[in-house]
Amino acid sequence: MILQHIADGILTGAIVSLGAIGLSFSMKILRFANFSHSELLTWGAYFALVLYILHRLVGEPLGGALGPFSFGLPIVGAAALSIVATAALAIALHRLVFARLERRAGAMTMVFASFGVALLLRNLVLLIFGPDPIYYNTALQFAIRLPGGVRVLPDQIFVLGVTIAVVIGLHLFLTRSRAGIAMRAVAENPDLAAVSGTDTGRVILWVWVIGAGGAALAGLFYGMTVQLRPELGFGLILPLFAAAILGGVGSLYGAVLGGLIVGLAENLAVMVIPTGYKPAIPFLLILAILYLRPQGIFGSTGERT
Amino acid sequence: MIGLLSYLVFFLILALVFGIAVLGLNLQWGFTGLFNAGVAGFMAIGGYTHAILTGPAREPVLGGFELPFAVGLLGAMATSGIGALLVGLATLRLRHEYLAVATFGIAVSIQLTFLNWAWLSGGVLGLIGLPNPAKTYLEGSLAQNLAYLAAVVLIAGAAYWAMQRLVGGPWGRTLRAIREDELAAASLGKNPVRIRLEAFVLGSMLMGLSGALYVGFIGYVGPLDYLPIVTFQIWTMLILGGSGNNKGAFLGAVVVWAIWTGSGFVISRLVPPELQAQSGAIQAVLIGLILVVTLLIRPRGLIGERLEVSRHARS
Repeated sequence: MILQHIADGILTGAIVSLGAIGLSFSMKILRFANFSHSELLTWGAYFALVLYILHRLVGEPLGGALGPFSFGLPIVGAAALSIVATAALAIALHRLVFARLERRAGAMTMVFASFGVALLLRNLVLLIFGPDPIYYNTALQFAIRLPGGVRVLPDQIFVLGVTIAVVIGLHLFLTRSRAGIAMRAVAENPDLAAVSGTDTGRVILWVWVIGAGGAALAGLFYGMTVQLRPELGFGLILPLFAAAILGGVGSLYGAVLGGLIVGLAENLAVMVIPTGYKPAIPFLLILAILYLRPQGIFGSTGERT
Repeated sequence: MIGLLSYLVFFLILALVFGIAVLGLNLQWGFTGLFNAGVAGFMAIGGYTHAILTGPAREPVLGGFELPFAVGLLGAMATSGIGALLVGLATLRLRHEYLAVATFGIAVSIQLTFLNWAWLSGGVLGLIGLPNPAKTYLEGSLAQNLAYLAAVVLIAGAAYWAMQRLVGGPWGRTLRAIREDELAAASLGKNPVRIRLEAFVLGSMLMGLSGALYVGFIGYVGPLDYLPIVTFQIWTMLILGGSGNNKGAFLGAVVVWAIWTGSGFVISRLVPPELQAQSGAIQAVLIGLILVVTLLIRPRGLIGERLEVSRHARS
C-alpha cells in the first residue's frame, strides 16, 4: 500500500517538477511570483487536445496507439506543437503585459497583473471548452504490476521517462549552451551580467520559453494521466509554488526535488489525514520551508529578497 | 420604477459590503504594503462566525446560538482578528511575494476547513435560514432592504471615518514611513514588525465584518462563496479605485460590482441557461481584463493616493 502511494507520489512529483521549473526560473530571473504560470499548464494541455482532435479529423495520418501505451505518434506531434504554441502565448503575454509594466512599476504590480492574466486565461478555457472534464482518449490500459504489488500504467512510465530526459536536456542547456550560461549569469547577478554584455532581453525571452515549454508538457501529462479541466492549472498553483520555493528559486534540481517532495507528501499524507485536506499539504510545506530554510534546499544564502 | 429602486438598493448593499473589505485591504496594501492574497479566507471566517452566532439551532451542527445581529458582527470581527493575529505572527516576516503565496495558501486552507468541518459549518451545504433583523421587524422587501442599506451605510461610514482618522494621524504616518523605507522608520525608533501586525489585524477585521454583513444579508453561508475569485475581485476593486485612497476603495467596489452584476445581467439575457458556467467565465474574464488594463493605462487607479510632500521640501 505504501509502495503504491510512493509510486503515485513520484508520478505527481514528475508533473509538478516540470511545471515548477519555469516558475522557479521566473521567480529568480524575472523577479516576480507569477500566479498565471499555472494557467500555462492548462493552455498547454488544451492546445495538445485541439491538435489531437485535428489529427483525428484528417484521418489519423500518423497512426493510432503504439504498443502498451494509450497513444502513439500523434501525441508526440501534439506535444511538440503544444510546446511551441504555449511558448508563443507566454511571449505574447510578456510583450503585451509584463514587459510594459516592468519598466515603470515595482515587482508587486507584476504580481497583480499575473492575477488578472490568470483569471483571463483560465476563464477563456472555461468559455471555449466548458466546465466538464475531457480525456485525450478513453481507451482502456492494462496496468503493469511491479514487485511489491505496485501497479503503474504504461503512460505513467512514459511520463516519468520524458521528465527525466527533459531535466537532463535542460541541465545540458544551462551548462553548455551560451544562452543557458547567460541565463545563469543573469540569475546570479543581473547588473554584472548586463555590464558584461549579456543581452538581458534575450535571456528573459528564454526564461518564458523554457517555462512555457515545461508547463505545456506538465499540462499534457496531467491530462494524459488524470484528466483535462479548465481548473487543471489553477489546482496546481500551490504545489508549483511549494516545489519552486522548497527547492530554492532559480535552481533546476531544486525545482525537480521540490516537485518530488510535494508529490510524495501529498500522496503519503492521505494515509494519515482525510483526503479532503490534501490541497493544504503544499501550503504547509511552503510554511515549513520558509521557516526552516527560507532560501530553499538548493538556494544560495546570499539571495536578495 | 419600484423595481429599479429595489434593484439599486440591493446593488448598493452588496457594493458597500464589499467596499468594507476593500477598505481593509487598502489599510494592508495601500498604506502598509502588505500583500494579502487571502482576503477570501478572512471574509469566510467572519461570515461563518456570524452564521454560527446568530443562526437558528440545528441538531447535527454545533452552534446556532441565536444571538443578536450586532453580536454576530462583533464576533465576526473578533474571530477574523484573532485569525489574522495568528496568520500575521506566522507570515508577516516574509516579504512581499512569499507573503502573497503564504496568504493565498491560508485562504485555500480556511476554505477547505469550512468545507470539511461539517459539524461546525454544515459542510458543502453550508448554513441556511440565518435571521436578518430587517426582515423580522419590517414588511415588504423594499422596506427591509432599505433598512439593511441604512445599517450598512452607517457601518461603512463609521469604518471609513475610523480609517481616515487612523491613517491621517501619527499611526498612519508611521505606516507609510515603514512602507516607503523600513530601515529609516526603524532607526527613528518605530517598531515595524508590531505596526505591520496591527495593520494586518485591523484590515482583516474589516474583511471579517464585510463577510458577516454579506452573510447576514443573503441569509446563507456556504464554502463555495469563498473561492479565490473573491480575493481577486476585492483586489481588482482596490487597484481600480486607487490603492492608498479610502474613497477609492469604495469607488472601486461600486464600479467593479456594477460591471460584474451588469455584465451578469446582460449575459443572462443573451446566453441560454444551460451554458451558465460559460457566462460566469465571461464575467471573470472581464474582471481579469479590468485589472490588467488598469495596471497598464492607469496604474494609480481612478483616484490614487495623494502625494504628500513636506511643507519644508515644497519651499
